[in-house]
Amino acid sequence: MSKDELDKKSMKAMLAIASAWYDQMKAGEVPYISLPTRTKYNIEYDDASEVWKYGDKESLRTAGTAKSATHLLKMAYVIGFVKQQLIENRSSTLREMYYISEGWKRAKFGAQEESNFLIEDLEIISEVPREGFHLHPEENGASIYGPMRIKEETRRGLRSIHCQDDVGQAGYTIPNNVENIEFVDHDAKFVIALETGGMYDRLIENGFDEEYQAILVHLKGQPARSTRRMLNKISTTWDLPVMVFTDGDPWSYRIYASVAYGAIKSAHMSEMLATPKAQFLGLQPSDIRDYNLPSDKLSEKDVEALNAELTDPRFATDYWKKQINLQIDMGLKSEQQAFAARGLDFVTKKYLPARLSEMGII
Amino acid sequence: MVLADELAKQQRSISVAEFFEKNKHLLGFDSPTRGVITTIKEAVDNALDACEEAQVLPDIYISIKKTGNDIFRIIVEDNGPGIVPAQVPFVFGKLLYGSRFHQIRQTRGQQGIGISAAVLYAQLTSGLPTIVLSRTGPKESAHRFEIQIKIETNEPDIISQQPIEWDRTHGTRVQIEFRSTMSAKKKLLEYLKYTSIVNPHARFRVELDDESFTFERVSQEVIACPVAIQPHPHGIEFGQLKRMATASEEKLLDFLVEGFSRVGKKSAQEMCDKAGLKGMVRVKGLTTEQLKALLAAMQAVAVPAPPSSQCLSPIGEELIRRGLDKEFQMDFVAARTRQSSVFSGHSFMVEAAIGYGGKLPPEGTAIILRFANRVPLMYQQGACAITGCITNVNWKAYNISQQGLPTGPILILVHVASTNVPFTSESKDAVASIPEIEKEIVLALQDLGRDLKNFLSRRDKNKVAEDRARAVCAIIPELAAKVSEIVDKPLVDTSPIEGKLMRKLIAKKWTRDNRVTIEAINYAGHDGEVSVYDISHDNAADASPKPDFVSEVEGQFTKVWKVIVPPQKIWRVTYSGKGGGMLDIRGIDDNKKMVVDLDV
Repeated sequence: MSKDELDKKSMKAMLAIASAWYDQMKAGEVPYISLPTRTKYNIEYDDASEVWKYGDKESLRTAGTAKSATHLLKMAYVIGFVKQQLIENRSSTLREMYYISEGWKRAKFGAQEESNFLIEDLEIISEVPREGFHLHPEENGASIYGPMRIKEETRRGLRSIHCQDDVGQAGYTIPNNVENIEFVDHDAKFVIALETGGMYDRLIENGFDEEYQAILVHLKGQPARSTRRMLNKISTTWDLPVMVFTDGDPWSYRIYASVAYGAIKSAHMSEMLATPKAQFLGLQPSDIRDYNLPSDKLSEKDVEALNAELTDPRFATDYWKKQINLQIDMGLKSEQQAFAARGLDFVTKKYLPARLSEMGII
Repeated sequence: MVLADELAKQQRSISVAEFFEKNKHLLGFDSPTRGVITTIKEAVDNALDACEEAQVLPDIYISIKKTGNDIFRIIVEDNGPGIVPAQVPFVFGKLLYGSRFHQIRQTRGQQGIGISAAVLYAQLTSGLPTIVLSRTGPKESAHRFEIQIKIETNEPDIISQQPIEWDRTHGTRVQIEFRSTMSAKKKLLEYLKYTSIVNPHARFRVELDDESFTFERVSQEVIACPVAIQPHPHGIEFGQLKRMATASEEKLLDFLVEGFSRVGKKSAQEMCDKAGLKGMVRVKGLTTEQLKALLAAMQAVAVPAPPSSQCLSPIGEELIRRGLDKEFQMDFVAARTRQSSVFSGHSFMVEAAIGYGGKLPPEGTAIILRFANRVPLMYQQGACAITGCITNVNWKAYNISQQGLPTGPILILVHVASTNVPFTSESKDAVASIPEIEKEIVLALQDLGRDLKNFLSRRDKNKVAEDRARAVCAIIPELAAKVSEIVDKPLVDTSPIEGKLMRKLIAKKWTRDNRVTIEAINYAGHDGEVSVYDISHDNAADASPKPDFVSEVEGQFTKVWKVIVPPQKIWRVTYSGKGGGMLDIRGIDDNKKMVVDLDV
């Protein structure tokens, strides 16, 4: 969808919500809006798109109490704000909108989470991603490095960028709005998404991307929406396999899950954000054992998280059951940079080639 | 000379006074600020105990005045029975001297340390003797003493003693001067406030430098003085048994029946049998081994719990409520006095109260008022079993938020009364963890929690109505303004929504194409029997239905319809005309109706 189309759709959706309220009030009705219930109990697996989405549970928000009326009022102010942004063709960060709300008196936000949550609500109701509201999160700075060429529609004009030749050694910074990127061509065989900057730098320094024709993506911990959208677009546009390489602890497995299956907070956008074909590369609990990696003891919280994952439908495969149970038995976790204990080249010369051929990628 | 001989030269007995000089914290004199509170607390405890024994309504005067650099003069005066002159030096000038230590009943003070420790503290910090005035009755003359303690021997040192004129007929006045600061003024007033809550029969007058405060009594009833009882066989230790045995001239069987509470002939015989002793032997002659066997037998035989009605003096639910009401203005107060119970042979009783709302601070953790034998516990809240119990109650079950302690505008009072309150230390700041006591506290709090929950749910129902009114009157009009602006349409009128949400009767009037329409919509839950007054230039000749009454004054027609509008129904009239004028509904309270002219 082009920017103009998206803007039009967005404006139409905003006015539709406001008109509905106007008509309700004109008819003497207390204004209301219905929202999908946004808890994990209303998340369903969609077989067709292979991602997790919101189910049909809805809750009706009626302005009959001060709390609900205030919620609707805040929403109305945000709609007014978005309308203004669309008319003036401006954009702002979520943080900026939070500060702008200072002037909204009764409708002002108590905390930024509140405004973020409301924007997500609006996305769900309008079926327009927040880029269509001209709202974006703070610059996240996640980056990408590898044999691919894109064209980005920047505020200073169209730029053609090759993500090895035209960028510094930190790579190409993924913009907030991935929709403005055109994917031109590539010479890659697969994509590796890395949790930590240290490992990302290590692979670039060792020339792994050139040697194996790999696109490297730095997730920067729990990946931002733009990063997940980028992976989704690379995967769908070029049909490249995506590997996720994280630390070997329960929290990192959740990073993989959010890349592959989506997150509860953004279940309404799972189709755009999740990459169901993404595979978990490592660090696997069995790697800790097989490579005798330096490790730390699992904390109580770690064990709790592992046990929770055993009952999580996203991890309900034999592979994960085996790995998680093995980790609980060992009581150990390792960081991906622990491979450095075997030498700086070990991860690129031994571990990754071995693991990737085991997975049938090379 | 061997080392042991060297050491022997330095080995000597330590006087109690010397010991406490080095360990002031044990008695609550660890800091100058705390010294003031401890002194007043000890003097007030003594005054209240004395008044109780004499069955008079306590009238206690407290004065704190700065007399020099860091030196404060503290005066506490009561209308109690007084102290006979011969005893005064010992009461104030000797540590561990008292009348209540050997008695088994509920008293505030017990060991006879408190006030003499204050005397000691004064002489250590200011060097000034303590001045005591006391008079035992109108026929006796009052006596004035200047007293210190001989630290090496723990004996009173009487600096002067003389008869003196005093306007009181009976009572005691103690004046102590020591080094301190007034930085704990807030805490001091808190202490007095709390003391006055659990002693609703007492009046306190306080002069603090130039300020004066009065804590008035709310009860005119003298509280019954607890009566001492015999020790219970389950609450006795070897030393006490041995002392009692040595002092007794009786035979074992009689000794057991008469010396202990709730021991009858039958259980006494059982104890003798279990210990392998004859009931007819003299207790005086029993060996240590035999006494040990006897003690074990006494624990083994089942004996009813000690009587509590006489030796304990609970405040009572009504008086706790009145006491709290007087000092805190709250929306809700409930109190519980539990049945008495027993730990290790000591009777105890738990009382608790919960207050909510009103002028209590709306946020932060609950105000905790801890009492032991009617004495407020001001320090070491965290170490106290009472605090532990409050934390262990699941307040969320009673719709009270909780972060360890409950939070919000809530006050919790717990009073533990016992013949022997188990404290964690001699400074008597915190109640020790005794499972029997903790169980009673938790039960009392849970009971009160249920009362509070009922109160809150009743109040919340009213709140829902208020909340709705706020939404409707303030927020929906703003929403209407914003939405109208977004969709670029005329401001939408929200008053009908108001009527709907506010459960009112709404009357509306509008004019289209020279037809005037008036509607009365009843959103209330019952019939609205009203008169609709419509005053305008229209004569409404073709009105349907016809008005019940029409009058004309200078071209202004007043039309009146008497109507009954059933709930959720609309009554409507239309006629030809230009509209305008005014519309009113009569026969119904202003807050149950709303009139809207849609043409304006």
